[in-house]
Formats: sequence, structure tokens, C-alpha cells
Amino acid sequence: MYRYDEFDEALVRERAAQFRGQVARRLSGALKEDAFKPLRLMNGVYLQLHAYMLRVAIPYGQLDPAKLRQLAMIADRYDKGYGHFTTRQNIQYNWIRLADMPDVLDALADVEMHAIQTSGNCIRNVTSDHLAGAAADEIEDPRPWCEIIRQWSTLHPEFSFLPRKFKIAVTAAETDRAAVRVHDIGLHIRRNGDGEIGFEVIVGGGQGRTPHVGVTIRDWIAKAELLSYLEAIMRVYNRFGRRDNKYKARIKILVNELGPEAFAEAVDTEYAAQGVHEAVLLPQGEIDRITEYFASPDLPERPARSVTFEAARAADPALDRWARVNLRRHRTPGYTSAYISLKSQGEAPGDMTGDQMRVAADIAEQFGFGDIRVAHEQDLVLPHLAIDDLPEVHRRLRDAGLAASNAGLASDLIACPGLDYCNLSNARSISVGNAIQAVFEDPEFEERVGPLHINISGCINACGHHHVGHIGVLGVDKKGEEYYQITFGGRADEKAAIGDIIGPALKGDDVAPALRRVIAAYLDLRKGPGEKFIDAYTRLGPAPFKEALYAVD
Amino acid sequence: MPLIKGGAPVSCSRRFFADEETPPDPNDAIVSLGRLVAAGGDVFRSVRLMPADDPLALAPHIRRLDLIEIAFPGFRDGRGFSAAQLLRRRLGYTGELRAVGQVLRDQVFFMARSGFDAFLIDDPHAEEIVAAALSEFTVAYQSAADDTRTIWERRWNARPAHTRRDDR
Repeated sequence: MYRYDEFDEALVRERAAQFRGQVARRLSGALKEDAFKPLRLMNGVYLQLHAYMLRVAIPYGQLDPAKLRQLAMIADRYDKGYGHFTTRQNIQYNWIRLADMPDVLDALADVEMHAIQTSGNCIRNVTSDHLAGAAADEIEDPRPWCEIIRQWSTLHPEFSFLPRKFKIAVTAAETDRAAVRVHDIGLHIRRNGDGEIGFEVIVGGGQGRTPHVGVTIRDWIAKAELLSYLEAIMRVYNRFGRRDNKYKARIKILVNELGPEAFAEAVDTEYAAQGVHEAVLLPQGEIDRITEYFASPDLPERPARSVTFEAARAADPALDRWARVNLRRHRTPGYTSAYISLKSQGEAPGDMTGDQMRVAADIAEQFGFGDIRVAHEQDLVLPHLAIDDLPEVHRRLRDAGLAASNAGLASDLIACPGLDYCNLSNARSISVGNAIQAVFEDPEFEERVGPLHINISGCINACGHHHVGHIGVLGVDKKGEEYYQITFGGRADEKAAIGDIIGPALKGDDVAPALRRVIAAYLDLRKGPGEKFIDAYTRLGPAPFKEALYAVD
Repeated sequence: MPLIKGGAPVSCSRRFFADEETPPDPNDAIVSLGRLVAAGGDVFRSVRLMPADDPLALAPHIRRLDLIEIAFPGFRDGRGFSAAQLLRRRLGYTGELRAVGQVLRDQVFFMARSGFDAFLIDDPHAEEIVAAALSEFTVAYQSAADDTRTIWERRWNARPAHTRRDDR
């Protein structure tokens, strides 16, 4: 994975020093909160219900043991012993003192990490496929381009005061695990007719209060042109995006108000007008240098059919289930990718303790070639494990409470921190999430239900991605009471769609029983175990599911 | 209000005239884009752009202009950064480019990289503020409107000569 050189290091150190000065000016009163706000936001510092929150960037979800151990140290020393992994593949700490923030940023810089642009109206952390570099279905590793985009967008002088936040995601696999169609810009690495590799450019996707699926404005653009073309998109947005209303300021509104064709034309005009001296020229040597860091680890030959593993799973139903549910096919025989689910029954989704982080770091170091990813579903992934080593890996995960066997199933739900932490929220997410998880407490039942994404947001800002959950749950406030609106049929993959609002919102206590009825109806109606919930919904439409949702037990 | 240019306080005899005011000497008047364009190409030398103004509308006048102010009525409105880049890099403007309005210390670095060379800052310590803001970062990844050698160039020293600012 990428390693900083002296320039990357200098920038992160200088940024930490700058923020130390800004915090000092704020604490002394020289800087008022109003003027401090945009500065702290661009360093990932939010003022939340109880305390300041720090959001640390994990570019494209890439971690290594040293980084994860440092995140554990920060959790233990500066927070209450845990951190929360987010849908942007980042980590948040909810209880850090403002006066400690500069020390935390220094500690992050020690392991080549930072909190730059994890909030504020700027280009945010670029996200990607958590199976990048391991998946059998990608045409090349998207991470070098994520790193290039990270560098290009870091402290960009022109695009740091945009109308609103800006999110870019990159995938290189036909199965989209990075949700590129619900990002401000989604980049899908593809081949053109000549077999050359470049990017499909998708613009204007997003969630929040007016969800949109992005539209393709370029079927294919060459790698050499990518950054210049991105600058053209950003400039059109910076100049013409709405600034009169915060809720209409995202690029999706501009794309929609102009119309995708007119927007694409505006970008093409700006792009064509760029002089040679305006182009973003990235030397080929630099592309090669960055790409080399992402070379596949040297994977020694291991048995494609592991006798050790087969014997162990035959003897241990828990291992057998974990292997059935949490593993994903690796491109190299004898290897697999494994999810470390952070969605145990009754826990806050995405939370992980410092001790658990150290266990995961040790496993990755000993068995996983030092590679750890954060998935946007708020789980961790060990992308390269030998199948032969799985019994030992599973034993260690289980001992640390990290072996929940639910990756991609119903209880692996996405949820924002909700009203328990967030000052934007209308309703709690964690407790309703836990109640839904309890519906699927019986693992056999959960496996029988099959792949199902349930996404929960505590408010319309949609941090819990409810619009693109197969089942979405949105917290709303009705005269001081917490209610939840249910959507069906959303999806974040290559067939991205926004879920349909089904009917009136439900009371918090009624959500889990209602979804239990919906699942029962689905099991009744599906053509067979092969028809997923989302496919049955697409085939049958909302009526039977709506009836089950509002039926009386 | 201190005006900082080239790292030091400077004085400026020009001032902004609203459209309904009549300036005694057009050479000393900074005017709106609308007024400049309406007056034709050879009346005024100084203009003030508001965030919604199209900087490319200055193309026919650019050679005569030697002072362009870009207004930041609020620090959250970043359109002025794009305007500056367009003036410097698209139109090749070489005169003074001055940031006025809410010019925050922590934006000065971005402004300088976007092509501003003068800052009107409502603070008695403006000179120190600009000096401090411009010394915080010694590295930058992207090419912009200033002459900073980017990290990518410093790593590779491979950028063609015609892209260097002093060769334009």
C-alpha cells in the first residue's frame, strides 16, 4: 500500500501544526467560533451533542497494522476506548477534548494519517471497493487512482470553499461495491472499444433530502485526461452550483436543474477551453511510482482445497457458518477475503474497541500480509488470507467478539450514530437497529432470508444511506416523538436505485415487528431461496410488502 | 484598512465608485463589471468582480486593466478562487489581483495559490497575518496560478518547460 515520502509527510505535519495554531487561537478567544468553524470542519472536527467529534480520514479504506494500532491507542488514550467506522470508510471518535486534538493529529501523522477534508465544503475522503486488489472481477486495482485523487484534491486552492461537500468514489469491478452511482462523482474504471483502460464518469448522485442516482456524462475518458476533466467538473460546480440554499447546494441539484445534457455540455466547454498550461499534468513516472505501491503482495502457493480447513469446519458449525457467510472469492487459488463484521447483536453498528483493533491488527500482520480495509458497510475486511489459516483466524476473531457471521445479511445493517451522538439527528438509530437485528437473532433464519441490506439514518441527511437500503429506515420527529419512515427497493450497487417510500411512518417500537412481517411475506412470496429480497420486490412491486408492513399482528 | 502586497503594506489611491457615483478621474476609479463593460474598453483600468460576475467577460479589456478586485462578501463563498484562476491562467492577466471583503487569515494561502497578489485585510496586524499564512505550507500537490513547484514536479522534475508560469 502507499507510503508517504518526505513531501506527503511534510504536508501532513504542516497541516497538523497549522491546526495546533488554530486551536490555540480558538482556546485563547482570538478566533471566534463562527470563524473557527470552517477551519475545524476542514480538519474533521465537529461540535456534537456531548463533545467535539473527530473524524479521521482512512483514504479508500486502506489500513495496515501500524495504523490500526495507532487508532486503538487514540481510542484508549483520548476517547472512551472505542471508535466508530463510517460509511465513508473513515473512523470517528466521539469524546475527544478540543485541547487534545492537535496531539491526536500529531499521533496520526506518525503513522501517515490525517483528518484533512473529512468535513467542510470541500472534496472529501475518496472511497473505493474494499476488495480492491483481491477481487476476481476487477479489471485493475482502483487504489492507485484513489491515491492520485487524494493527492490532487488535498488542500486544493480552488476547490476548498465549494457550495457544499463533495464526495468521489472509484470502482473497477462490474459488481459495484463502492456505490459510485450515489456519489457527487463516481468513477468506474472500464475498457473502451480498443481495450484501453480509462474511466466512465458519473455525476450528480447523492442521498440527503433529495436523493438522485448519478448520470453518466462521459462513457470513457483516458487516464491522462482524468484530473483535468475533474477540474473542469469542479470549476463548473464551484462557479454555478447554488449557494442560496444549503439544501440545494449539492452538485446533484445543479445537474438536475440544468439537465444532464446541459451540465455535460458546460463541463465539455470548460474542458475544451483549458489551455495547455492549465492541464493537470501528472508525469507518467509519478503514476507508475504510485501504482507500484499497490502491487499485489507476494502470495506463496497454498492449497486450493485445504484439508485443515475442511476438517475444522466439519467439526465446528460456527466456523462453517462464518466461512459460508463472511468469505469472498479471491483471485488467487488458495486465498480468500474475509469480513470482520462490526455488527454483533446488540452493539452499536460500526463500533470497535481499542482491544479489538489490536486483535485485528495482529491477525492482519501474521496472516493477512498487513492489509486491512474498511468497508463502507462499516465492517473491516482482511483481503488476503490463506484458506489454510482460516481456522486459526476465526478462533482469534471469535475470542475477541469479532466473529459475527452476518456479512451481507440482514443484521449487518448500516446505521448512523443517530440521536445518541449527533446534533442533527431526529431519532435514535442504534436502538432501532438493535431491535431489527434481534429479529434475525437465529442465524439459521437469517441465512435462510439471505442477502438483505437494511440501512438506518437518524435524519434526512442520510448518513446511514437509508435511500439505498433494500429496506431503508429513516428517523423523523413527530411532535417530539421518534417515528421511522420505511422505504423498500433501494440499492447502491451497479443497478443503483432510490427506495420507495411505502406509507406513514411507524413508532420506534413498531419497526422491528413490522419488518418481521415483511420478511415473512417475502419468504412466502419468493420463487425460491435464490430469489433475493430485492429481486422479489422488483418483481412484485410494493403492494404485498406494504400490506405486511401495516398489518396488525 | 491595510493593503498587503508583496509581503508589505502598500497604499493605493484608487477607490471603488458605485454605479451612481461619478468619479473625478476614471484612472483612479474601481468600477463594477457592468460599468466597465458599458463604458467600453478604454475608460477604466480597475474593476471589482462580485461572486456571480463572469470573469471571462473581461477578456476584451484585459490588456488595459492593471487592478482587479475580487470581492468575498462572505468567506464561505469560494467562487472568487475560480475567478482568480481564470483571470491568471485563462486570460493571462498579469496586473494586481486583490482580494477584498471577508479575507480570512486561513484563506490567504489558497488565495495566493489561486493568483491573488494583494490582500485588503481589516486588521492592524495584516502584514504579520499574511506572512504567517503564507509560511504555513512549504509543499503543494496541484499546479495552480502561482509559481509554486508542485510536489509532483519536485518528485519528477518532468513538467514540460512551456507549462511554467515565467515562460507564458
